[in-house]
Amino acid sequence: MSGELAMEAVSISKDFRLGRGAVVHAVRSVSLALYRGAVVSLVGESGSGKSTVARLLAGQERPTSGEIRLDGKPVDPSSRGSFRRYKSEVQLVFQDPFSSLNPVHTVRHHLERPVRLHQGHKSRDEVARDVDALLQQVRLIPADQFTGKYPHELSGGQRQRVSFARALAAKPAVLLADEPVSMLDVSIRLEMLSLLDDLRRRFQLALLYITHDIASARYFADEVLVMYAGQIVERGPAEELTQHPAHPYTQLLVASAPDPDNLGGGLRSPRRHGSGAGAAAADQGCPFNPKCPFAVGRCREEAPALLPVSATRAAACWRLDVAAPELLAGGEAGGG
Amino acid sequence: MNPRVPTAPVLDISDLSVVYRTPGGDVRAVSDVSLALHAGEVVGLAGESGSGKSTLAYAACRLLRAPALITGGRVIYSGRRAAASADVLQLSGHELQQLRWREIAIVFQSAMNALNPVLNVRDQITDVIHAHLRMSRKDAVEKAGSLLDLVGIPRSRLRSYPHELSGGMRQRVMIAMALATDPEIVIMDEPTTALDVVVQRDILSQIVELQEQLGFAILFITHDLSLLLELADQIAVMYAGQLMEAGTAAEIQHRPAHPYTRGLLSSFPSLHGPRRDLAGIPGTPPDLRHPPAGCPFLPRCGYGTDACRTVDMRLERVAGPAGLEHLTACPFVHPETPAQPPVAGAEQELRA
Repeated sequence: MSGELAMEAVSISKDFRLGRGAVVHAVRSVSLALYRGAVVSLVGESGSGKSTVARLLAGQERPTSGEIRLDGKPVDPSSRGSFRRYKSEVQLVFQDPFSSLNPVHTVRHHLERPVRLHQGHKSRDEVARDVDALLQQVRLIPADQFTGKYPHELSGGQRQRVSFARALAAKPAVLLADEPVSMLDVSIRLEMLSLLDDLRRRFQLALLYITHDIASARYFADEVLVMYAGQIVERGPAEELTQHPAHPYTQLLVASAPDPDNLGGGLRSPRRHGSGAGAAAADQGCPFNPKCPFAVGRCREEAPALLPVSATRAAACWRLDVAAPELLAGGEAGGG
Repeated sequence: MNPRVPTAPVLDISDLSVVYRTPGGDVRAVSDVSLALHAGEVVGLAGESGSGKSTLAYAACRLLRAPALITGGRVIYSGRRAAASADVLQLSGHELQQLRWREIAIVFQSAMNALNPVLNVRDQITDVIHAHLRMSRKDAVEKAGSLLDLVGIPRSRLRSYPHELSGGMRQRVMIAMALATDPEIVIMDEPTTALDVVVQRDILSQIVELQEQLGFAILFITHDLSLLLELADQIAVMYAGQLMEAGTAAEIQHRPAHPYTRGLLSSFPSLHGPRRDLAGIPGTPPDLRHPPAGCPFLPRCGYGTDACRTVDMRLERVAGPAGLEHLTACPFVHPETPAQPPVAGAEQELRA
């Protein structure tokens, strides 16, 4: 990891009450650390709780338990001044550039507001200069061609650039990007990711990249956290984790990524994991056990904890000796 | 891939053109596109948003409404059940009704919007059956059940409403509905784009399985070329309303000719194998109200020269193994041309 610790979540959980006593455990005891200038990727499927983690970190939701620390200090939403500073230090970019911008306002409006809100009193000229600089940072050049435009006049990629610029307007230390490219065409995703990467480097941002596309995490992230049913089931350095996934769920994710080097082979061969349709996460034991090819009795009764597999890796699985024997042999075994 | 016997295509689109009449002038959404779909074949149509790929498919079923206008071309349908080949563009209203769904079914991208929120799954499917086939109510319900079996949804879901289903299940219901009338052709318009990878994978293998079992032809539309490399027999690449390149999946992957195809191929990160240099395609597509002269891809092309401003974009055969149909619209770049880095992005963005 390159820079200093910017933000930390220590075993945060979030429950949503549904009425009639039903509770959804959307996030269960998740811990993560974001360092300046580094990218952590949170990978998981729809409903795994990854967006809830982003909302918790952004201060839009309060965790049911656990603590979020910014610069080592616990976040205190009751103190307005410090919470406001927190809100400007930690910025969130949403998935859908079509609904995250207000259709009745211009690009200028979208950027002037955060500049005024977060950077104190400025003259009109200063604000205009800041807006121009922001547009240039996200490569919407020349800026004056874009300031007067409305969201519907921009392409999806251009809109998402405006979203990035809006987040940067607060001069944040932490950027939480929730599926920032998954609504965009494949052909412009890379360009957007390399723009994010460039901004990360230039402003030493601590970046959380949330995605369901583990292949992009391989290229873009330093560390990958894999989330399933509200829990981190595996974590490790991006290249290592994607090339040698330990947890059966990570293995499924990796196997599901399109593999252009294996023409037709993957799709036409019998499915190793059977049909995933209908199999929901289990309430008891390991949440992945209904879909897991290695599940045994213990997996249905006791939930495994996230424990170190090697010096750099951790996984929550009782059956690592079967799922990833080579990893256990290589590192010091810790799954007891 | 099974070898293709040269037979007459079930759907033969030739020189199809579509414009959108707007107050700012005509938008040339599809220009002179020809595409053939053979029985039991999977043809992939790849392109970015706004490339005209969906417009092309909808035009072939006459599903477009004003301000869209088909300005030329022919769409010849010759299915097993059809007595003779017919030009879809010339059919009467009644004939069209018999063609749509019965012969050509469509799976739309957004299952949430395509399903009726106030009908349960059983009623949606039996609705389709009653509209197109003579069948008793009891048989129709039984058929609805067997269609759900086909796509791997438990029959207990017949009574579910769309909001009670996950995104993947909704898309499966859409596929079941498309197959209700045993169509000759299924057009799939980004059927898995809104889904996450695991579900996407599941549905794609289901589609392949069904296609092998039932033998319908698929026109699969997507912006993600990586899916097509695995799924399709033939791939056509569209840009700015025109075909840029067409060929077998293997040819497109291993011997891409057109710079745009090359760009698409280097746009997705691969999970398996060594890390590759990824470039993507900087810039945005041209404004089709004022299409540029010559090659529409020129502003984003790393291979461009002055000759491209006046180039004739007709598809030409790519020299290669005999018997393999591989066409490209770029006369200058060949499969053997060494790769060029794409042009820098920032300035290009503005030409939109």
